[in-house]
Amino acid sequence: MNLTVNGKKTVIADKESLSISGLLDELKVSDPLYVTVELNGDILERANFDSIAVRGGDEIEFLYFMGGGRG
Amino acid sequence: MLTDEQIERYQRHIALKEVGGKGQQKLLNGRVLIIGAGGLGAPAALYLTAAGVGTIGLVDADVVDLTNLQRQVIHFTPDIGKAKVVSAKEKMAAINPEVKVNAYQEWAHAGNIMGIIRDYDFVIDGTDNFAAKFLINDACVLAGIPYSHAGILRFDGQTITVKPGESACYRCIFPSPPPQDAIPTCSQAGVIGVLPGVVGMIQATEAIKFLLGKGELLTGRLLIYNALQMSFTVIQVKRNPKCPLCGETPSIRELEDEVDVVTVCDLEKR
Repeated sequence: MNLTVNGKKTVIADKESLSISGLLDELKVSDPLYVTVELNGDILERANFDSIAVRGGDEIEFLYFMGGGRG
Repeated sequence: MLTDEQIERYQRHIALKEVGGKGQQKLLNGRVLIIGAGGLGAPAALYLTAAGVGTIGLVDADVVDLTNLQRQVIHFTPDIGKAKVVSAKEKMAAINPEVKVNAYQEWAHAGNIMGIIRDYDFVIDGTDNFAAKFLINDACVLAGIPYSHAGILRFDGQTITVKPGESACYRCIFPSPPPQDAIPTCSQAGVIGVLPGVVGMIQATEAIKFLLGKGELLTGRLLIYNALQMSFTVIQVKRNPKCPLCGETPSIRELEDEVDVVTVCDLEKR
């Protein structure tokens, strides 16, 4: 399955189904609790990460919390 | 009307067709609030002062510490122990005495932030913790005041400008803060000193463009900067209809502090 992840073409081994959680796991995304996921331009609710399936051609952005600045 | 001295001081601005005498007057009439007088706030305050933004507010309860000086360039070694807002105000007065600097030596919280931000046209978030970042977003969106968000970590920075009701807010992207145990401490994570300089000056640029009414603001676009790769990436972000603050059925209607979230740096002190 071909995906675009953070602007880069990414190939994932074909599976019967792959959820957003599964993709985070598959791509070994560190600190998944820090990640917001944008799927084809829409921000997903964290509660739906297990139920939303990824499809070939999807464009996915991982957006990270960044807390620093003043200190 | 600009005085002869102002015409000379701001000559390089006035020479720009996008600024001119009228634009410089807009900057002189402009009021920008910087929350956090540290890594991001330091360069923003220095450049906005030099640019002649007429009124600049600074909010920070902290005092200057030796570990700050690697990146917070508005504070000097002899300032250690001095209130950051006082240290910053002294430098700003030396750069441009005609800028009015309002120093608020306090932390922004749900009880005081509305009273402070209402006197300003644009707000810069230069804070270092999620509680403050969510609070500033909520306050600015509820008050309808445009602001620049930024966050930095290690070699990465990201920033977005929010025009309430028009473009995506911070909660459109991050509906709620990350869980407390997921937050690394400042000293564990670290930050390369030049990083907040780059990002804080992008925030200052947004404030200036907003006051001038020129160019395209960084709205609906999250700019992600990586200093190691020297890459700038822009991700389009739409308003989120399910945003708890500015979505179709908002659950946040008044300000509250995010009590579950501690400041990143408080964790270290425990």
